[in-house]
Amino acid sequence: MSAPLNGNLVFNVAGKEYVGLDLYRSRGGYSALQRVLQQSPEASIEELKQSGLRGRGGAAFPTAKKIEMVRDNAETDRYVICNADEGEPGTFKDRYIMTHLTFQLLEGITISAYLAGASKGILYVRHEYWEPQNVLRAAIQEATEAGLLGDNILGSGFSLHLEIFSGAGSYLCGEETALLSSIEGRKGRPRLKPPYPTQQGLWDKPTLINNVETLSNIPMILKNGVEWYRSLGTSDSHGTKLISLSGDIQKRGLVEVPFGITFREIIETYGGGAKPGRSIKAVNIGGASGVLVPPEMLDTPLEYGACAKAGITIGSGAVFVLDDTRSILDNVHNRTRFFLHESCGKCTPCREGLRQTHAIIHKLMDGSATPQDVDRLERYTDAMQHASFCGLGTAAGNSLSSSLHYYRDEYLDHCAKENESSDREEIA
Amino acid sequence: MSTAEVYEIVHRLGLEKAPLLQVLLAVQEASPHKYISEEAVNEIARLQKVSRCRVYSTASFYSEISLKPRGFHLIRVCSNAPCENAGRGEIQKAVQEELGISIGETTQDGIFSLESVNCLGACYKSPAIKIDHEVYGDLTPEGAVAIIRRMREVFKNERTA
Repeated sequence: MSAPLNGNLVFNVAGKEYVGLDLYRSRGGYSALQRVLQQSPEASIEELKQSGLRGRGGAAFPTAKKIEMVRDNAETDRYVICNADEGEPGTFKDRYIMTHLTFQLLEGITISAYLAGASKGILYVRHEYWEPQNVLRAAIQEATEAGLLGDNILGSGFSLHLEIFSGAGSYLCGEETALLSSIEGRKGRPRLKPPYPTQQGLWDKPTLINNVETLSNIPMILKNGVEWYRSLGTSDSHGTKLISLSGDIQKRGLVEVPFGITFREIIETYGGGAKPGRSIKAVNIGGASGVLVPPEMLDTPLEYGACAKAGITIGSGAVFVLDDTRSILDNVHNRTRFFLHESCGKCTPCREGLRQTHAIIHKLMDGSATPQDVDRLERYTDAMQHASFCGLGTAAGNSLSSSLHYYRDEYLDHCAKENESSDREEIA
Repeated sequence: MSTAEVYEIVHRLGLEKAPLLQVLLAVQEASPHKYISEEAVNEIARLQKVSRCRVYSTASFYSEISLKPRGFHLIRVCSNAPCENAGRGEIQKAVQEELGISIGETTQDGIFSLESVNCLGACYKSPAIKIDHEVYGDLTPEGAVAIIRRMREVFKNERTA
């Protein structure tokens, strides 16, 4: 299939320009909000339902359904939260939206709040994103002065008060219930679901939580129409996906692709393929919590159904390429170190599972492991996948499991080696 | 940081009813050594009407918040796979040699603290480090050292001026 190269689809990522309020409005920005305020919320929700928009944060939950769940709640004191705690290693799409397409995001938040019947909104932005926080703060101010936020938006009687809440360096706070605990002043630890945030969220009120990319899709769908949106992508997955390309490729950066394109096309066409004289050894799709797959898998189309079948997690849309000079174990070691640091310690499978798997990978790397250790690694991985309390432990297990599945030989190779000197330094 | 200073910051920024984490971040940011002292914990607990235990629990959970004094400038080395593969090791080694400290330590002159951080979302320009609020990407070991030397120079000039 011929994909428009980083064309202006839902996101103008090729432009690399800051779309300020005037520029955004001159391109039809806020016309969707205007229309939404004039028609029944049910009609707008129906349009979103028809568009097939699903959450882009990783879980791919139908967006319209989530809005309805909050809307249908008897409690009218409701919150809308934009999850901008983008911490998935290898991902930088939300950063771009916040710093360049700021008003598209704000319009999306405003529309979703109106449809969910929420008048209080919070943008939870990770602490590492200082610049995005500043850009957002200024944009909220500007939108408020223009009557697009705050009291009585565009004279409709609908009000939305939006605040920025800064994270403090916890990956886990991207998990929606941990995010809620974090706002409430506690440790960012996950809560048991159900009740889901749509039922009992922030301060036990119904809360609509969506990812930055998801929310930014909303105004474009309502402005350009469901037909337009459905013409992008495939019958299984409508629209587009932002892909953060990094690693051993010619061109790193953010690209927007229609669903249906294969991972090989993404890497070859947009990323320019492997570096001269090198070949691709493995590709990490979906960030640290995503899978590690061999090049043979790259013909899988980027599509929810096809990816689920192939065992690929699209996740945040991070595509990180490892070439033939890289060691799989180095990559896995880096990931277990990451998860070990970010695990909140609440549940045993994740807390102890990560400690043990990290230790075994250490043993493998210094050549003191046996094939029995690899079996043990597999057992612990399995336990983490099935028994962890929240998605962090499950994802850590999934990512280990995929590397064990495809690169078991490399693990076993490390067992065979005699104690060779290791000059790898430890990360504190 | 004294109790009175914490009280003053909280009131000046209108954080009397702000969520605990935002108060902790604001007080730390205003603290000359970028940390939450024991006095600060006590005063924040009193102002928020929560136990000191709660304040410690929250403060100790987050990587961003420190319970021990840090240097004037905080250098964070991104340590995730995209930066690792792009040369995190060499960058960190050069920075450590320049500063004479390891991850988690502060220079004797109190100018720099060195920490590692998980993904800065700057993988399109890895290897990356963050100094205070600024991200520096596409770094070489020499480039990283040059940035640090420049900051040290500026710091010393400002102190003697």
